[in-house]
Amino acid sequence: MVRSQTLQNKEQPLLTLRGITRAFPGVVANDHIDLDIYAGEIHALLGENGAGKSVLMKILYGFYHADSGEILINGMPVSIQSPHDARNLHIGMVFQNHNMIPVLSVWENIALFLPDLKFVVDAKNVERRIIEISDRYNLKVNPSKLISQISIGEQQKVEILKLLLSDARVLILDEPTHVLAPHEVEAFFKVLDSLRKDGYAIILITHKMKDVLECADRISVLRGGRLAGTMLREEATEDKLINLMFEKVVPGLIVGTEETRKEAPEPFLELQEISTDTRGMGRGLKDVSLKIYPGEIVGIAGVSGNGQKELCDVILGIEPSSKGKKLLAGKDLTNRSIGIMRKNKVAFIPENALSMATIPYLTVLKNMVLTKTRRYSRHGGFSMDWQAARADIENAEKRLGFSVPLNVIAKTLSGGNLQRMIILRELESNPQLIIAAYFTRGLDVQSTIAARQALVQAREKRAAILLVSEDLDELFTVSDRLAVLFDGKIVGEFKPKDTNMYEIGHLMTGSGVHTDAEN
Amino acid sequence: MLRIKKYIQTPLLKSETLRDTVIRYTLMILMVIVFFGLILLINGADPFQSYKDIFTNTLGSAYGLSEVVVAMIPMLITALAVAVPWRVGLINVGGEGQLYIGAAFATWAALTFQNLPAWALLPLMLLLGMLGGALWALIPGYLKAIGLVNETITTLLLNSVAPKIVGFLIFNFWHSPMDTVKTQNFVPAAKLPAFFGTRIHLGFFIALFLLICFWFFMKYTRWGLEMTAIGGNPTAALRNGIPVKKYLIIVMCSGGAIAGLAGMSQISGYYGVLLLNFSVNLGFMGFLICWLANGHPLGIFLMSFVVAVITTGGNLLQLTRSLPAAVINILLAFTLFIVLARPKFFGKDKV
Repeated sequence: MVRSQTLQNKEQPLLTLRGITRAFPGVVANDHIDLDIYAGEIHALLGENGAGKSVLMKILYGFYHADSGEILINGMPVSIQSPHDARNLHIGMVFQNHNMIPVLSVWENIALFLPDLKFVVDAKNVERRIIEISDRYNLKVNPSKLISQISIGEQQKVEILKLLLSDARVLILDEPTHVLAPHEVEAFFKVLDSLRKDGYAIILITHKMKDVLECADRISVLRGGRLAGTMLREEATEDKLINLMFEKVVPGLIVGTEETRKEAPEPFLELQEISTDTRGMGRGLKDVSLKIYPGEIVGIAGVSGNGQKELCDVILGIEPSSKGKKLLAGKDLTNRSIGIMRKNKVAFIPENALSMATIPYLTVLKNMVLTKTRRYSRHGGFSMDWQAARADIENAEKRLGFSVPLNVIAKTLSGGNLQRMIILRELESNPQLIIAAYFTRGLDVQSTIAARQALVQAREKRAAILLVSEDLDELFTVSDRLAVLFDGKIVGEFKPKDTNMYEIGHLMTGSGVHTDAEN
Repeated sequence: MLRIKKYIQTPLLKSETLRDTVIRYTLMILMVIVFFGLILLINGADPFQSYKDIFTNTLGSAYGLSEVVVAMIPMLITALAVAVPWRVGLINVGGEGQLYIGAAFATWAALTFQNLPAWALLPLMLLLGMLGGALWALIPGYLKAIGLVNETITTLLLNSVAPKIVGFLIFNFWHSPMDTVKTQNFVPAAKLPAFFGTRIHLGFFIALFLLICFWFFMKYTRWGLEMTAIGGNPTAALRNGIPVKKYLIIVMCSGGAIAGLAGMSQISGYYGVLLLNFSVNLGFMGFLICWLANGHPLGIFLMSFVVAVITTGGNLLQLTRSLPAAVINILLAFTLFIVLARPKFFGKDKV
């Protein structure tokens, strides 16, 4: 590992940001940020949500304009007004949500991005170039497959190929490991390593400490829109980075010991060989059987799109099941509506609080009563008892240890606060079954811990909990049992202590199981 | 005052002070007046005289004012028929069709039970009118709820079907001995009573009552809250356990019922007879007013008033200045255009 020495030999950075400042109404997202990026380095940009990482990179990619500050390439000031300018300056970016057209093939998607595309597209030539580069960097994909047919990991490879083919020299990758299984992450880091050796400058936006310590050459930490510090990987430790990321100490998660939890005799939720129809881009469930007992957290691991949404929706009663039975506390509630499930104390905490659980232009208070309007209605529904609702919420706030402002419009809350609002709402009435799907996705470290803590607390109150997540760390920390969902089937069930992330990772990607399908 | 301001701050409009809003709308009306003045000039009419005519014959005299109110009645009701489904995110363009079917149902009662006293016949016609409109709206409402067809398309298409059905009924069964394009005149018991020696009939008070009910319903009741939730974010509402499908169907049918009521009030209160093609785009006028008013009851009242002044005034211009009928449409189109664009005269919108 002689990366750092090679760095210091180069006097001139490939890319320099000087005093970049960008304010949004009410918040300074970037406050005089200076950054040097050298050719042939992997530069990690670390910080919690809202630290300003994405804004800074979007300024670099021409999505936003800086209020002040300048960008230099090879020491020459440049003006980047749009992504088009950025690409002309050989800067490329892979976004968290891949921007590809699913009904087109791999090569067509790449061709669309090429700056020198001829009027008549020379498919052979494009394919040849794709294969050439993908061989070189071990980014193997089949150029003639449709985007909708390949996995998220492969889509990411296509995104990187896109940038390489269009001659980008600076690659900005926004949370690239987010969608990958553990063994895929390792392969991905190898790809980055070979790119680095060929002189590409790679900027890695992430909030995962582990990734950073594994593959970056230098690490810059952003906090509250300012550059908190830059260090070489050799001098960085997890503690140092955490200190830079947070001003105050983050309390850890209190998981509780397994001994305190008694096994319940009867499962609260039981799915018996549930199947659903495949619809659109979704994936139907195939013979899924699952039991969740009161007082336990069952974690569902899997790459998203393998039936997680359908699983949650079947339990919630939004998606009909074509076969099988759903029992709730022994009662057959197969294909009953979500209203009935809600009445049976089923709570749902979705991945995206704003789009899946919130009415943006109603106040927080009104949003809080939406799941139980009947409880607070008076005079047969002709008026609402807001006082009672307020009192209940205040009680729940005391119990869970966090609060939200009640009289503001929900849309004005930050992502973390919105998720808190939903957690508060869903846990307020002591639910007996909680469906939590990717519920810490996009939350910063502190909100994540608060959210997980609330879940653990609900388990102590004997709630049955289904936790769907892509974050294996999260699943291993809080679950009592783990099930892996792949291609609409449960392909494995474990106690966390009897397995490890690699085993789960292989099951998640289908490499560890024999499927009936031939591919 | 506070309440008004609060309502104007809908999601479509960014918050601004009441004073700004008043100035803004005044300037918008001025823009309309200037543009239309140009059209009048091109047509060789004197804009000042024309505007003076419009004023004296609408707001300037008791009779004129009463005619404006009469013109307002169907506008208020059909606008409400759009505003109710609007609150759950349904675009009901089918007011016209629902109005025709409602009128047909009411007419059946008026012709069949001629001997009933008014106190029994009128409520019966009212209920049947609402039933007709509701049934006509059930088709798009149901198709929408099961996720099959967009309600905008179906309501729009059904608009051209409904008048044909009414025509079929009139030609084959209902036409009077003297005239094939209309029924015989309704008996007095089938006519909504008129007031103050003008043509203002009971429909006006029914409309006001409905507007107030609508406002109360949305603001205070549990169902209003749940409807707002569905309109604000249907996905979240469904996941929060609100029976979205049921609401979509019921609310769409309520919209249809209100439009049907408008049809009943038109034939029973205004014409006293069912004419072929009795409604010239009343349903669409309601849609326009609802858009202009942003679906709010007070706004619907104000906008209906403005539009009623324009149409009654415009009708008059046809007579006194011998302008073509299309001129009213130009004036209305200007109004719609400018209000929908909502030009802001100072400051800029926050994004």
